[in-house]
Amino acid sequence: MDNAVIVREAHVAYLIGLGDDALILGQRLSEWCGHAPSVEVDLSLANLGLDLIGQGTLLLAHAAEIENGGRDADALAFHRDELDFLNCLLVEQPNGDFARTMARQFFFSTFQNLLYGALTASSDSELAAIAAKAVKETEYHAGLAREWVIRLGDGTEESRRRMIDGLEWNWRFIDELFVNDAVDEAMIETRIGIDRAKLREPFDLIVAQSLAEARLDLPAQHRPVTGGRQGKHSEHLGHLLAVMQHIPRSFPDARW
Amino acid sequence: MRDVLCDVPDPEIPAISVVELGIVRAIERSPPTVLLTPTYSGCPATLVIEQAVRHALDHAGFGEVGIRTVLSPPWTTDWISDAGREKLKAYGIAPPPRGASMSSLRNREAAACPRCGSAATHEVSRFGSTPCKALWQCEDCLEPFDRFKCH
Repeated sequence: MDNAVIVREAHVAYLIGLGDDALILGQRLSEWCGHAPSVEVDLSLANLGLDLIGQGTLLLAHAAEIENGGRDADALAFHRDELDFLNCLLVEQPNGDFARTMARQFFFSTFQNLLYGALTASSDSELAAIAAKAVKETEYHAGLAREWVIRLGDGTEESRRRMIDGLEWNWRFIDELFVNDAVDEAMIETRIGIDRAKLREPFDLIVAQSLAEARLDLPAQHRPVTGGRQGKHSEHLGHLLAVMQHIPRSFPDARW
Repeated sequence: MRDVLCDVPDPEIPAISVVELGIVRAIERSPPTVLLTPTYSGCPATLVIEQAVRHALDHAGFGEVGIRTVLSPPWTTDWISDAGREKLKAYGIAPPPRGASMSSLRNREAAACPRCGSAATHEVSRFGSTPCKALWQCEDCLEPFDRFKCH
């Protein structure tokens, strides 16, 4: 296989990974629709989900375009199996209570905002344009989630206990966000992608400052759990996909 | 062609046109193409806007004109025209301040109530009924109102 083909395959996998992260978390957040603690929070979570699904659509459409294999964004979203999804484990984790959802959002949006910020310099001009659009949205997400971490962490005894639990639950999935795999290495070389490891320091700084403001400690170190970006998922993803994919799979090509 | 587009309302805020909202980025001559840009990545109105523009162009005899979506540079609330800002206000939506896109996304400055003009207002919810708006309330007339998010 010549080098151009290898690079193109890595390029497609890279975009699918980024798109899956956004799509899966968008789907997770949509589960809150009608169930959030207040109507304002309900609107906020639905809006975050909407932004993420929009970003996922743009990224998967671009992946399909590069792949040039007859699939479009919908085919990638609705007609792939669990093992073909390349999202990180963090985004597929169940919502838990509101505190756990906001802890997950705080970690992911903070990371994603740094990631998109760096990707605005991508040598892939379409990816750079998507990132420049999305980074304005994720800054808003990260700010909202950060405020909830502080409000719950520095709130009542009960809200504080729940936020500590939420941060603990999600913490073991954080290392995966900053590991460069073979796809990342190929993308760094072509300057399409960015070095994830370099995002760790600014991420840790924001987390440390925010938790200090919330009067919370950093979660204890767990053995990191990784593998989502290689298609090795937790049991939760299959259940999410069953809900997300069942209509397009049961009624292929249905239109409304 | 611009005149035709000036009569195409935004589907979610019909008080202003797609031109006033700043999402008609350019009109190219050859080949004749209208360039549109989304306000938000996930804005559900994007497709409806494209259809409305298509319909208006077809109706005015510009059936050959193409429509293309462009993302870069990303849309900002600074592209909302002055006339658009006035219409938003008259419609009950506090327009974003000028230069808002250059500063933080958060609306730290209080918005003037679009009904009574009072500056004593506060944010009720960071998100509102559409991706581009937040929910605010006036402390004088007590009316809730939408505010265009700085973006």
